Parts: sequence; structure tokens; C-alpha cells
Amino acid sequence: MFSKILIANRGEIACRIIRTARRMGIATVAVYSDADARSPHVKLADEAVYIGPAPASDSYLLPEKIIAACKATGAEAVHPGYGFLSERASFVEALEAEGIAFIGPPASAIAAMGDKIESKKLAKDAGVNVVPGHLGEIDDTEHAVRIAGEIGYPVMMKASAGGGGKGMRLAWSEKDVREGFEATKREGLSSFGDDRVFIEKFIEDPRHIEIQVLGDRHGTILYLNERECSIQRRHQKVVEEAPSPFVTPEMRRKMGEQCVALARAVGYHSAGTVELIVSGADPSGDSFYFLEMNTRLQVEHPVTEAITGIDLVEQMIRAAAGEKLPFAQEDIGIDGWAIESRVYAEDPYRGFLPSTGRLVRYSPPEAELHQQPGETGHQAYVRLDDGVAEGGEVSIFYDPMIAKLVTWAPTRDEAADLQVQALDAFEITGLGHNVDFLSAIMQNPRFRSGDLTTGFIAEEWPEGFHGAPPSNELQRHLAALAGLLATARADRARQVSGQLNGSPPPPFAWEVRLAGEDRQVEITEDEILVDGKPVNLAFEYTPGDRLIEAEADEEPLTVRIEPTRLGFRLTTRGARHDVRVLPAHAAPLARHMIEKEPPDLSRFLICPMPGLLVGLHVAEGDQVEPGQPLATIEAMKMENILRAEKSGVVTAIRAAQGESVAADAVILELE
Amino acid sequence: MSGNIGELERRRAAAHLGGGERRIAAQHAKGKLTARERLLVLLDEGSFEELDMYVEHNCTDFGMAEQRIPGDGVVTGSGTIDGRLVFVFSQDFTVFGGSLSERHAQKICKIMDMAMKVGAPVIGLNDSGGARIQEGVASLAGYAEVFQRNVLASGVVPQLSLIMGPCAGGAVYSPAMTDFIFMVKDSSYMFVTGPEVVKTVTNEVVTQEELGGAVTHTTRTGVADLALENDIEALMAAREFISYLPENNRSGVPDRPCDDPWDRLEESLDTLIPANANQPYDMHELVRKVVDEGEFFEIQPNHGANIICGFGRVEGRTVGVVANQPMVLAGVLDINSSKKAARFVRFCDAFGIPIVTFVDVPGFLPGTAQEHNGIIKHGAKLLFAYAEATVPKITVITRKAYGGAYDVMASKHLRGDLNYAWPTAEIAVMGAKGAVEIIFRGLSAEEIAEKTKEYEDRFANPFIAASRGYIDEVIVPHSTRRRIALGLRKLRNKSLENPWKKHDNLPL
Repeated sequence: MFSKILIANRGEIACRIIRTARRMGIATVAVYSDADARSPHVKLADEAVYIGPAPASDSYLLPEKIIAACKATGAEAVHPGYGFLSERASFVEALEAEGIAFIGPPASAIAAMGDKIESKKLAKDAGVNVVPGHLGEIDDTEHAVRIAGEIGYPVMMKASAGGGGKGMRLAWSEKDVREGFEATKREGLSSFGDDRVFIEKFIEDPRHIEIQVLGDRHGTILYLNERECSIQRRHQKVVEEAPSPFVTPEMRRKMGEQCVALARAVGYHSAGTVELIVSGADPSGDSFYFLEMNTRLQVEHPVTEAITGIDLVEQMIRAAAGEKLPFAQEDIGIDGWAIESRVYAEDPYRGFLPSTGRLVRYSPPEAELHQQPGETGHQAYVRLDDGVAEGGEVSIFYDPMIAKLVTWAPTRDEAADLQVQALDAFEITGLGHNVDFLSAIMQNPRFRSGDLTTGFIAEEWPEGFHGAPPSNELQRHLAALAGLLATARADRARQVSGQLNGSPPPPFAWEVRLAGEDRQVEITEDEILVDGKPVNLAFEYTPGDRLIEAEADEEPLTVRIEPTRLGFRLTTRGARHDVRVLPAHAAPLARHMIEKEPPDLSRFLICPMPGLLVGLHVAEGDQVEPGQPLATIEAMKMENILRAEKSGVVTAIRAAQGESVAADAVILELE
Repeated sequence: MSGNIGELERRRAAAHLGGGERRIAAQHAKGKLTARERLLVLLDEGSFEELDMYVEHNCTDFGMAEQRIPGDGVVTGSGTIDGRLVFVFSQDFTVFGGSLSERHAQKICKIMDMAMKVGAPVIGLNDSGGARIQEGVASLAGYAEVFQRNVLASGVVPQLSLIMGPCAGGAVYSPAMTDFIFMVKDSSYMFVTGPEVVKTVTNEVVTQEELGGAVTHTTRTGVADLALENDIEALMAAREFISYLPENNRSGVPDRPCDDPWDRLEESLDTLIPANANQPYDMHELVRKVVDEGEFFEIQPNHGANIICGFGRVEGRTVGVVANQPMVLAGVLDINSSKKAARFVRFCDAFGIPIVTFVDVPGFLPGTAQEHNGIIKHGAKLLFAYAEATVPKITVITRKAYGGAYDVMASKHLRGDLNYAWPTAEIAVMGAKGAVEIIFRGLSAEEIAEKTKEYEDRFANPFIAASRGYIDEVIVPHSTRRRIALGLRKLRNKSLENPWKKHDNLPL
């Protein structure tokens, strides 16, 4: 076994690998760029080596820096995590040339699977179902249009070397191909250094289901069940679970065996994942097709760990050290249900725009078994994999994922309930995040039914996300809560010095405006009445608390609170509510206030996120139509096309191509 | 007897009706509350005691003798906010458009005199068409009587003005001389001459809102301190604001229970200063993480935003916070920020409110716009204010403290009581590069870079200043609240007096 390993990665995955290594008694070396000098993974590791400037291409993506760090620290092996160098065959070869072990699959397997076109041929030969598509190279937009026409719309355009949702574009029509083909090429080039693009048929009612495989260097390759990752947004996974509500034992066996055959065909060992696209329209479960194989640890591996009790990182390290897998296929079972939700620095209330910045407050929910996957017992639990701390920064240079929240419970519903509860306790301020949105997914009836497709998010929130609608019961609970908070705060304010006649009693009757409705809250000695009817709510509160853990109708209800000028912002159950709380004697007067319309911003094109203005597609005086691309902003390595919301004439351009544009800055004006 | 009581009730009912139901409905239709309704929201329930309800005007010209309405357009009296006494006047737009008559002014003066005698704040709710033209010079005399009292009360009791309707001409000068002004968006405006006169005289076309609305005065001019959405929000904000203010200049700051530990550590402050010295950060985070429960009442948030001024509490006791804001103009001192902070510091000093200053200032803003508009005098105001202040002064330098701006920002030399610096502090005459270019004229770019590094190593830290005693202690950022709370405890009995003088001669 190794005595010291280096983790060629950052963030949550570096922290997660360090924890397992530490448990195994292996010393750890972290690497860090300028942007990460204060990051948790650096503090957590036994040693840390500086490897260069913030951009990954100048630090985490440079094999020579990693190898030099290994030599300087005497690390015997490198775990690459995911992303960065994890799927670069030449890196594996370079390590091996230096006598450093790579904790992952052989270079040959990475190379074989790394090319989407090559891997598809291999899969086909190994007897795995594949999706119809064009496997050759595509010359230009015209060629792409022709091929797309032959396959039949809808088609998907993908950067050949892409992954993780980057460099992928769906085209429903020839227009989409014309608009997106060049951009796909550019993204492939900028993100992966390869501008080849391929095109294939788009499967309807598609579900994204993947098989975890695990092998040793002695010829054993097993499948560790499936994960369903259908909940995606722009091909970026948001929620994953294991097992899949769609997969039957028979289907699982078929998929597993095909995937193992493929892994065997490329001489695989270590952990890997075969991604399959499954048509939910075919209840037989036979319509599953090979998508790609990820020759690395997946982001969502914890759900597999939770239901199998196997620490995948431990097994990868052991396999790399030449050990045999200590279990066989028949030992792999499914214990309960696990769900992972990815907490991203993106703002669902503003069209999921990436949001970077400082974590002014960061307080994740309490998690048990933080670092011991597998020890499930039979008590439901929360696992949190994160790599940030309060006062840290989500920078523009790396992935915007803040944390992975994993819940395990005996049943799917219980695991989802636990997600809702844990998400309610998640406090993140300073940047936009998707916690409310994740909670809304967990509560969504269709999600609960298991009827998923990769279009789930777009279908369920076609108008964008505005918070999960609160039930009448929840509204009553929150109204009661707001009233009690207001009384507590007024009571404390009235204990101030210098009073005329001692402390006057605080108001006990309030009018609470929540979700557009006014409710009368009355606090008596022994009960809380909302609109005259008692509410069963109990909690403790000290002014200044930012989180309340209440019991409402004997059920836990966790609410984040933020005082505002006229009440509170209450955040819970996937929505934030700006609640106005007025003392009952003053409230009737508030009816005279005039509701003001928010200003009309539709005649401005406002930059939704900080980024680089890489394209300006119109000029002053141009007539534009709704949906027409106006500008392209590159942020987080993604190109975001900003389109006209309505027709008009461009009256003024306020930013120049190539300029860095701040969030909310006006790019151009329309009339 | 019962007949007499009946008469009292009838007269009260008549007074409560103000200008009548039709005018009340018109006021409501504009989204505005009536004078009495406003007091209902502002004061603790049932605490308002009205005075001079039956006062009527004494004008007989222009048919005014026939038009008498009890109260004469202003409701005056006293009440409590969180149980603490305040005096109030609330102009009633439904009665003669809230216009100011001699008697109307007398009512205001009466409660101001009372407030002065007993040492309680005055809150004025302004909603007035201006002078009562029919009374002519008597009305002007009334204004002047109010002005005189504003001036005498200044620095004795806190004075807060809420502008909740028109406030034009001479009328603006009463609020202008109070300590703070809150304005209601879209329904209030303040100007010396209105759009019509402006058009006649200068040919400029401008709306009331643009000329003197809440947004204009809280962003461009700095005349007002806060813009609120509507009457209710303005009145609730006033309640909250008053909770921070002392009753008078001798009472000491209000003190209320606090559950936030005085020695709370904030580890995240250790990473507040970005690794890159040119990168900004939001100073609000430091302010909110230092004060009790993160609650900070900021004034003029959108005017001179390169400096942050406002009230918070430490251990339940009010403190005034002044902080350079690196997010706006790199936190530089300019005319607007100097004037804003100077007035705030003087208010705190007048009323015995300790001042906590957070410093990250690269200097004064260069340029003809600043020089020709008198940055010398305006910058001097802040210097003057800090130097004359005798209240407890605690200063924390977080990053830059360059040049004259270092001196100005409550430095040790201006009688700072406790001057702390974070390890990231750089106290120097100017930035390293600029300094090197002056000291070593004519060097190559390479040599400049080398000398800059040298200069940085030598001066870009707090230890040179600390070695001279200009910094009392270099502290770890996460302990900032603990240090400040402890310092304020120790300074509670601070006693320091300036030499006797009739008054000082602040550069104006």
C-alpha cells in the first residue's frame, strides 16, 4: 500500500479523497493555485504544494507541475479526482514514466473511451446498444446541417472531447444547427483543446441512467448498480439517485453485464462509469443505449457508496496498489435509497445565472458520517461533501459547485423528505445559489412519482423558477412564526433604557402579508391564532438567530430568517417569502399604500452575470425580433447567448466586444 | 357636567376630521395617510397625547375668518416609541394644504420648546403646501420662529424630519437644519424653487421628482438620508431609527438587552481582505459581523457610497460606524463622502455616541472636479469633525491608510482612543509604486519594480506605525468584535473636554 498520495484536484473532491486516505493511514499532498491558497483542501491535507496561477490551464491542468509536486513531496501515487487531468491518457503515461502510480484506469482505456466517436465503435463491438448518429468528422456548418437532416431532428451536437455538459447543444431545426455549430466547436476548443464535433439522434423521453463499474488489476470487473441522473439543466446534472426508480432487477442485470463487457474489452480497472441513455417511453426497459464511458470517479459516486456500503475511493486506491477486490458480483446489493443534490453557485431566481463571489455566510446542515461512506446502519442520514468554508470564495476559474448534499434512507420518499429538511437548514449568503430550487425538485409530485426525463426541469418550470408555492398549511405556519418573531423582537426593543412609564407590552396582534395574502395573527397566553384558528407551532427564538428549528403540527419545520424593514424574509421549503408584519392597529392604514409597478427593464439588454462580452450580434439601428441573439457572454467557460425578449430597434450600444461586463450592466438599449 | 363632556367629545370629533372626508379621501387616493394616521403608525399604540387640538388661525383677510378648522393644519403633541418619550408634529395636508400659519408655527414651537426643556427627540412629519399666503409676513415670521428653535435644539435633542408630501421654498430650511431627513418616494419633494419657476428663470424643464424627489436627494444631493417606498415604510423606519438615538445630549446612548456574545469570533473575517491588494471587498460585511446581530441602520447608502455611515449596537448600546467602502471608488475620500461622514461624526459627538471607524482609504480623489469644487474645505470638515470629537473613538485599519486620508480617518494623532490595525494594514504616505517613482526618479521599469517590492516589504504593513505607537495593537481580524466591545467598555467613562470657546469655526 502507498504511504503517501497526491490529490491532483481541488474543492470537495480533494477533501473527500483526503478523508478516505487519512482513514487508510495514507499521508496526503494537496496542490493549489493562487485562487486556492486559503481553500479547505489545502488545510486538510498533510502537505500542500503551490502549482501556479488561478486559471486551471496554468495550474491544475499542467501535468509537469503535478509530477514535480509528487517528486518534491515523495508522493507515490496520484488520485486525479474528476475533471482536470482525470481523463488524460498522456498524463497517466507521464506519471508511469516517472514511476508514480495513477489511481485510476490504464492509459489505454482512457484513450479508448476519451474519444466519443472511437468509444462508440468500441461499445458497439462489445455488444452494447448505441444511439444512431454520424461517427465521422464534420467539416463545417453546411455539412452539419446535411448530416442532421439525414439523422432526422431532433439531433444533438457534441464536442468530441467534451463532457459534463460543456460543449453540447441540442438542435430542433436547421436554424439551431446553423446557430450553434460554430459555438460548439469553439467551446470544444476552449475547454478541451479539440474542436471536433459529432452529431447524433436525440432520444425522446430520455432518462440518464449510468452504471458504476469497479475493477482490479487481476481481471475482476463488477457493476455496482446504477445511478439515475435524469434531473439535469442544460446537460449539467443537478440531482442523482441510486437506485433508479425506472430500473428493474432484470434491466439492471442486462445493463450491468453489457457495461462490464465493455470495460473488459478495454482492459479496464479502477472505478468507471458507463453512461446510458434510456428511453422512458419504452416500459420494457430494453431501450438503453451507450452514451459514453467516464474513466474516472464521478461527482455523484456517493449515492452508490450509500446503497452499497463500498467506499469507491478506497477501492480505487487499493486497486492502484495492486490489491484484489474483496467482494464479488453476488456480494453487491442495494440497501435503501440515496439521493444527491448539487448545490451550485447559480441563481434560479435569475434564470440560473452563474454567480460567483464570497461566501459571506456558509453554514451547511448538520451531517453525520461526513467521511465514512458505507456505514449506513439503518438510520436515515445526511452526508455532506463540500470543499468550501465561510469566508471562502466561489471563483470564476473553476466549477461553480459549492457542495453535494447526500441523503440516505430506507425508502426513496424518506430520502427525499430528508433532503427537504436538510436543504432548509443550508445557509449561504453572499452569492446566488440553487438551494431553494433543489428543495422544489424534492417536493415536486412528478419527481416523487419517479416519472423522470432529462427534460424534467425544463418541463416542470417552463417559465423559470420563482420559488416553490407554499401550501395553505405552510402559509399559516409561517404567518404564525412571523407574528411570534415580531412580538419577540418588539418585546426586546421595549426593554430599552430611558422609558417614560416602564416597558410597554409588545403588540400581540399582527397582520402578516405572505404570498400576497393578509392574515391576522393573534398571540394569546396559550395559543397562536391565524385568522381565528389555532396553529400548532413551537420553537425557540432569540433575536439575532438566523435559523429556527420549529415543530409545526409535530413535524419539523426549519426556517431561515432575515429581518427586513417591514418584517422578515423567511426561507424554507424551496422558496423565500418576503413577509410584511404590521401591528394590527396600524395594518388597516397600509391598505392606502399604492402598489408600485417595478420599472420596465425590457427595453434594456442587461448583462445577467459578470463575464466577457465575446460577441455582439447587432449594431445600432438594427431591427431585432424576439428570440434573436443580441450578444454572447462567456462566463464560467460557457457561452451564453442573450436574446431579444421583444421586437424593437437597437438605439444604443453600451458595451464593446471583448469587454468585461459586470452583472446588471446595460449592454444595449432597445426601443 | 355630561353636557360639557358631550361638547368636548363633539369638538374632538370635529378636530379629528381635519379638512373633512373628501380631502381625506383625496389624501388616501395619493397613497398618503392623514396627519393623525401617520402618528398612529409612528407611535406606540395609544401613546399619543395631543396638544393644541383647538388652536385656530387668527387671519381675517381674504375670507379666512369664515374658514376655521380646529388644529389649523398641524397635529402636535407627544407619545412614545418603544416606551421612550418623543415630541411630534404632523402637518395636515387636508387642512389648508398643510400651509404654515402663525398659529400653526406656534404649535410647532410649543412642542419644540417642551422637547428642549425635558430633553426628548423631535420628529417632524412634513406635508405642507408652504406658507399660508393669506397671512403674509405672519407666516414668514412663523417659519423663522421654527428655524430659530431648530438651531437652538441642534445638538441638544435629536431632530428627525420625515418629508411625506410637498416641502418647498422657505419650508425646506426647517428640515434642512434637523439632524436627519427621510423622504417618501414618489409622494414627497423638497426644493427651494419649483419646476415652474425654474422653467421661467433658467428655461430648464424638469419634473418635481427629478428636481427634488426622494431619489434625487438621497443619491445626487445628499440632502436627505433615506428614501422609503411609502408612508408606512417611512414611519416604521423612523421607529427603528429612533431606537438607536439618545434622548438628548446628556442622557447617554440607549441601552437594551443583547444576546449576541460580546466576544463572538468571526473566523471568516480572516479572509475578508482579498489576496490581491487591488481587489475590492464589501466593507458592509465587516460592519455587520462586528455589530450586534448583524443589524446596521445605514444612512445615505446611495450618496457618497465610498464611505459608509450608520448606527449599530455593541452589547446593546448604540455606536456610530464610519467605514471606507473599497467597493465604491476604491473607498477614496471625495467631497460627498467627506461632507457626509463629517456631519455624521459631529452628530455622534454631539450626542455622546461612540464612533467606530474602519479604515481602508487610498487617499483623496484627484481631479479638477474635486479641486475646483473645494475638496480642501470639504475634506477639512471630516478632519475637523474627528479632531474635535471627544466621544470614545475606536479605529481599525483593515488595509490601506495612505497619506492625509490616514490622518483624517480617526487616527491616533486626532485623539483616537484605541487604534487597531489588521495584519493586512498598510500605513504609508502613498502606494508603494507612486512612492518609489518619487523617491527614485529616472529608474528603469525593472528597477522601479524592484524598489517597489522593497518599499512594500518595508512599509506595506502595520508594524512601522505600531513601532511608533501610532497603532496601539495589531489584531487578528476574527477578534475585531471582541476588541471593539472590550474597548467600548473600557472607554465608557471617558472624560475629555475641548477648551472653552463660544463655538468653533468649522470650515464651511
